[in-house]
Amino acid sequence: MPEFTSRRGLLFGAAAVSAGAVLTGCTSNESKDDNSSEDNKQAVADDKPGKEVTIGFAGPQADHGWLNAINDNAKERAKKYKDVTLEATEGSNDTAAQIGQVETLINKKVDVLVILPADGKALTQVGLKAMKAGIPVVNLDRIFASAQAYRCWIGGDNYGMGLNAGHYIGEKLKGKKGAKVVELAGLDNLELTKQRTKGFDDALKNYPNIEKVARQAAEFTVESGQSKMSQLLQAQKNFDALWNHDDDQGVGALRAIKQAGRDDFMMVGGAGALSAFQEIKQDRGVLKATVLYPPTMAASAIDLARALGQGKGISGMAEFEIPASLTLYSAVVDKENVDQYMSTGFK
Amino acid sequence: MTQPASPARPVTEKSPPADGDKSPWRSLAARADVRTLSLLGVLAALVVIGGVTEPDAFLDTDNLQLILTQASVIGVVTVGMTFVIISGGIDLSVGAIVALASVWATTVATQDYGFAGILFTAVVVGLGCGLVNGLLIAYGGMVPFIATLAMLASGRGLALEITDGKTQMVTVDGVLKLGERDSYILGIPPLVMVFAAVTVVGWLLLNRTTFGRRSVAVGGNAEAARLAGIDVRRQRLYLYLLSGLCCGIAAFLLIILSGSGQNTNGNLYELDAIAAAIIGGTLLSGGRGTITGSVLGVLIFTTITNIFALNNLETAVQQIAKGAIIVAAVLVQRRTATT
Repeated sequence: MPEFTSRRGLLFGAAAVSAGAVLTGCTSNESKDDNSSEDNKQAVADDKPGKEVTIGFAGPQADHGWLNAINDNAKERAKKYKDVTLEATEGSNDTAAQIGQVETLINKKVDVLVILPADGKALTQVGLKAMKAGIPVVNLDRIFASAQAYRCWIGGDNYGMGLNAGHYIGEKLKGKKGAKVVELAGLDNLELTKQRTKGFDDALKNYPNIEKVARQAAEFTVESGQSKMSQLLQAQKNFDALWNHDDDQGVGALRAIKQAGRDDFMMVGGAGALSAFQEIKQDRGVLKATVLYPPTMAASAIDLARALGQGKGISGMAEFEIPASLTLYSAVVDKENVDQYMSTGFK
Repeated sequence: MTQPASPARPVTEKSPPADGDKSPWRSLAARADVRTLSLLGVLAALVVIGGVTEPDAFLDTDNLQLILTQASVIGVVTVGMTFVIISGGIDLSVGAIVALASVWATTVATQDYGFAGILFTAVVVGLGCGLVNGLLIAYGGMVPFIATLAMLASGRGLALEITDGKTQMVTVDGVLKLGERDSYILGIPPLVMVFAAVTVVGWLLLNRTTFGRRSVAVGGNAEAARLAGIDVRRQRLYLYLLSGLCCGIAAFLLIILSGSGQNTNGNLYELDAIAAAIIGGTLLSGGRGTITGSVLGVLIFTTITNIFALNNLETAVQQIAKGAIIVAAVLVQRRTATT
């Protein structure tokens, strides 16, 4: 480095810096990707075929729409890559059966495992076993009890779902005095339901004009949604907004709302079902928005597994390795942005 | 647990007394009435509780319609279940049959045939499952618990296979309309009418026909019934067919109510239906039971759920209270029936 910087040099430097600032400001995230990968000369996973990777995939039985979408997302993503072979097991809700399936995949010596456990705690041991056998595990959504049982965890944000639903409703009801909100929760003996409710309550604390007047729990099924919602409507003759945790049970809730002939409030859903997206787009009923719990996380898990198998990082990040943990954002989908999300909606 | 019925155990108020002695038979008839009265008492107590805690929301016609509508689906299932239990059997597959019938009847292919197609498929699938249950139990010599447990497993599996875990939306207007306010006749929802009709037919069948008397006889003592010239096996086949038919009708009602078919439908119906029948005074070991009691059992359950929801109770509290109320209802009924 020269001890004195010439005036011209100074001017030039300043100009370059400001030009750089302007440039980065303008191009925002689009150009960032290219820059970081070049700067670090780091190997990042991209669409180009690389080393062949066999990914073992074990998920629970796809007995409802969201889990079904998880399987579809994983399979379609794997098909996209010529260098990826997917060994998917038949989904099972039985812990013992799923442990057996994962052990089979370990014995087959797959390169990477993607596991969505039927029960996170119960499958921790087999996750550990895989890691000890040198097979990196991508833990999808339902988290293992030990961080040693996975190389990377990727999943949704239940607390954030409640938070974002609460904020969306809060903003819509801003300035309305004595506003009343009703919550139709999911299966109450699941921890995720508690987290969603906590997030929702925490968000509503920011809006002192809003009071949550009722909360009932359905069971993620259409039938229970219809039943609980019809009783909530009977109990609350007057409220301004409803948050329903799950779009599957939301089908039943919407049915109950129609049967009761009510349209005096706005409804926000959860999860991101295709039927909910369509309802939001048509904008004819009470359903105005839904908060995502994106099943596309399974596709991302395949991406991560492939990067792991090829020993690469992921583009857009400076690190040489993929992260240890990725919590996905629960975006709010309403009429404004529904088209963008339509293709991710599950049936 | 109740003890198995001994041959000497009196069967129902309608069965002819075995020993020809008139006086115990008469007191039995009085007892059966007391049993029904005590159930009505429990229901009345619930209405008072509901009326006091939530006077505005509980005591209005909308809520009465709501309770009866919610009771319809499980009520129809319970009528069929009552017959099976009276005959000494059990049907654990009712929830699975409702699920299977409701998804089979709402596939795109079925919906192409419109209202009639959906109704026909639901009923035929219900009957078909009942037929398999009946054949396995009556002619295959399988224990009802095992045969219907197998039906539960494979029925749910097949329902999942058909739907792929997806919710099948009903697009047939005629079906959807039946679940909406416009089609109430004199304030009575069509679902409730079907429930009432099934109840009346069930009552007549049990109390006024040889079919009913045979069912009771088979449940009281199958060997004695056989010696008395009843074709016990055929009777059993008919009973599981009847239960399947009720499930098919219930599935159609559920399709109307929820506007969709889903493989998770009818979750734990088997337990709800058995519990309602037992609360209603049906003997789990067979030989005794009434349709009136079972229907009151269903109404008690539905009213409890309704009061809980209107009072916005937490799920945990609801479950604890529900258990306590079941025990209390059975104890009250026992006491009044034995004194």
